[in-house]
Amino acid sequence: MDKLNIMIVGVGGQGTLLASRVLGTVALKKSYDVKVSEVHGMAQRGGSVVTYVKWGEKVFSPIIEKGEADIILAFEQLEAIRWLQYLKPGSGKMIVSSQKINPMPVITGKAKYPDNIIGKIKEAYGNTISLDALEIAKSCGNMKAINIVLLGVLAKSTGIEKEIWIESIKEIVPQKVLDVNLRAFEAGYNV
Amino acid sequence: MGKLMLGNEAVARGAYEAGVTVAAAYPGTPSTEITENIAKYDDIYSEWSPNEKVALEVAIGASIAGARAICSMKHVGLNVAADPLFTVSYTGVNGGLVIMVADDPGMHSSQNEQDSRIYALGSKIPMLEPADSQECKDYVKLAFEISEKFDAPVIVRLSTRVSHSQSIVNVGEKENYQLKEYKKNFGKYVMMPAMARLRHVEVEKRMALLKDYSENSGINKIEWGSKDVGIITSGVAYQYAREAFGDVSYLKLGMVHPLPEKLISDFAKEVKKLYIIEELEPFIENFAKGLGIEAIGKSALPVMGEYSTQLLKEKILGEKVDIGSVLNENVPVRPPVMCPGCPHRGMFYVMRKLKLVVSGDIGCYTLGALPPTEAMDTCVCMGASVGIAHGMEKARGKEFGKRTVGVLGDSTFIHSGITGLIDIVYNKGISTILVLDNSITGMTGHQHNPTTGYTIKGEPTKQVDLVKLANAIGIDRVRVADPFDIKEFEKVVKEEINTEEPSLIISQRPCELLKSVKYEGTLKIKQEACKNCKLCLSVGCPSLVDQGDTVEINEALCVGCGLCTKVCNFNAIVKAGETNG
Repeated sequence: MDKLNIMIVGVGGQGTLLASRVLGTVALKKSYDVKVSEVHGMAQRGGSVVTYVKWGEKVFSPIIEKGEADIILAFEQLEAIRWLQYLKPGSGKMIVSSQKINPMPVITGKAKYPDNIIGKIKEAYGNTISLDALEIAKSCGNMKAINIVLLGVLAKSTGIEKEIWIESIKEIVPQKVLDVNLRAFEAGYNV
Repeated sequence: MGKLMLGNEAVARGAYEAGVTVAAAYPGTPSTEITENIAKYDDIYSEWSPNEKVALEVAIGASIAGARAICSMKHVGLNVAADPLFTVSYTGVNGGLVIMVADDPGMHSSQNEQDSRIYALGSKIPMLEPADSQECKDYVKLAFEISEKFDAPVIVRLSTRVSHSQSIVNVGEKENYQLKEYKKNFGKYVMMPAMARLRHVEVEKRMALLKDYSENSGINKIEWGSKDVGIITSGVAYQYAREAFGDVSYLKLGMVHPLPEKLISDFAKEVKKLYIIEELEPFIENFAKGLGIEAIGKSALPVMGEYSTQLLKEKILGEKVDIGSVLNENVPVRPPVMCPGCPHRGMFYVMRKLKLVVSGDIGCYTLGALPPTEAMDTCVCMGASVGIAHGMEKARGKEFGKRTVGVLGDSTFIHSGITGLIDIVYNKGISTILVLDNSITGMTGHQHNPTTGYTIKGEPTKQVDLVKLANAIGIDRVRVADPFDIKEFEKVVKEEINTEEPSLIISQRPCELLKSVKYEGTLKIKQEACKNCKLCLSVGCPSLVDQGDTVEINEALCVGCGLCTKVCNFNAIVKAGETNG
């Protein structure tokens, strides 16, 4: 297969870890080499967080750099625009949920949350997909399933067999919330 | 099919497969998950020690007693453990002894970016450096073999990107390691001058043998490609180099101390142009230059921060990266903040209100230095808040001392704040020290410590009684206060800073992220009661959003801790379910 670079971006505490574990499992099932990289510790406390997932025949560097991401999965609008320049020029695809979480400089009135972020991203990258993943997750029965909704959208974009995604989710997601998450995956897949 | 593992998890697996039976550590990013994962193996005794020095001493004891032992820490933790480190180099080992140290280039979660290789050089201890998770596992097992073969402790150096990246690991079987016989041997294990002089001779002999090992064992290996360019590298820098340079020749060093003189010289002779690519200090470069080898290293590359593929392409190949269309948008930064519901917020509110000089420390509460709280003056290292507060008082006198407090977490206090507090008592200081007892070690992700009453495996144990401890060292004024009872907390702080003797205030409220902490639902601002005075914003909670004409509460973030209700003079903040407005 060709290389595939996926970034998951959001705000500390939004639960991006589970999504990256599913992506890792999918890669193993497809017998790809894979690296998943993220930073723990201080940055996680409500700060801007990023996970890099790299698939390929052989992956060396664990991180994705500017202009290298095939897909960015953004859990929040401001984070989507913050990491936008990491998308591959031309072919890169942004999948963005419409949540907004104000950062401290906006809360204290020192900065302004930019307007019309999704519109601007769509202008720059034609194949952007935006959705209200929180609303979809709620309708599936659990607002925490937002990450699996977004994974559903991503899964469709990769062209990898749906069954492999479902098997991987079954391996990673705890049994008691599995049904909700499978519904969330389906809903994301059909966006 | 392999398993996807964090570098840290692979280290734990390697320790398990090597037959390790004792593991000790103090948590510190990026090393914490090593010991968290070791704790999952029932046949390894594991512990959170009070600090890294104790952790290393426990591991040394286990090694002398005949077990394979491992201890883990972050780079600055090795400073704390440096005292036993330099002397266990002399005693050597009985069962294998491996010291894991995780550096943090770029300082994702650290106060400096020191290079741990300098310790290997200084203490004459061999050091290995893996570049991915598989190597983490393999090198840890190899480190135990080296340790026993050469009678030396072995340091394995990680970095954030190796510790916190997952890659594929093939797991193996556990070795059936038997405890080595314990024999009293004071010539080897009692380091008094007469014995230490003899042991130093052994250390030098061992280093000569280890140099041979470094040359010939295959851990340092050449990958030949085009000989126009040769690259000497190690650790995660190898991965960046491979991606940036492709099919050139590489000397990948798995053992970074001692370095292989002949291998490096031979490699250098074979290639037309030589680069040495290593994050942080010019450790390999200085060694190569000492051999008279010409190479490009820090003349082109920084000694600060992390490297990356693009950095190497830009600095060495002169290639600029195409990043396509960049929106000309002013994107506000999103710095880390104390969580909604964090008990430290109430404490910092009072510090700021009283305009105190706050000598701070290492933990989540270091975030109190940032806006909007901005209530911290200093932060140097674990436990330093106590000694620094005392030093400030001694420099500027008692009146200044009455406006100065030291602030540190419970785990940090146990780590190395106690000795500072004894100093204050002994040397007649008057400082007021606040210990933030939030029932857990917060920043590193909830580890138990001697004040929580539970072990690493969650078993109940004795709990340090901070009040009795303070009394026993001679502090008569010990107060316990709830930082969310702002009025009472402020009163207690005022009383204690104004006394002419040392005080300890235990600021007691559990971390909001603990499962046992349950607040009753989110809050809401009753707009008809709100005068828009914005006083609530002064607590600095991310759930409170200034909308200009109004203040609103972000229900998705608010945990309902109620701290903001304590500062509102108009009772305008109520439970979300209890208002129509």
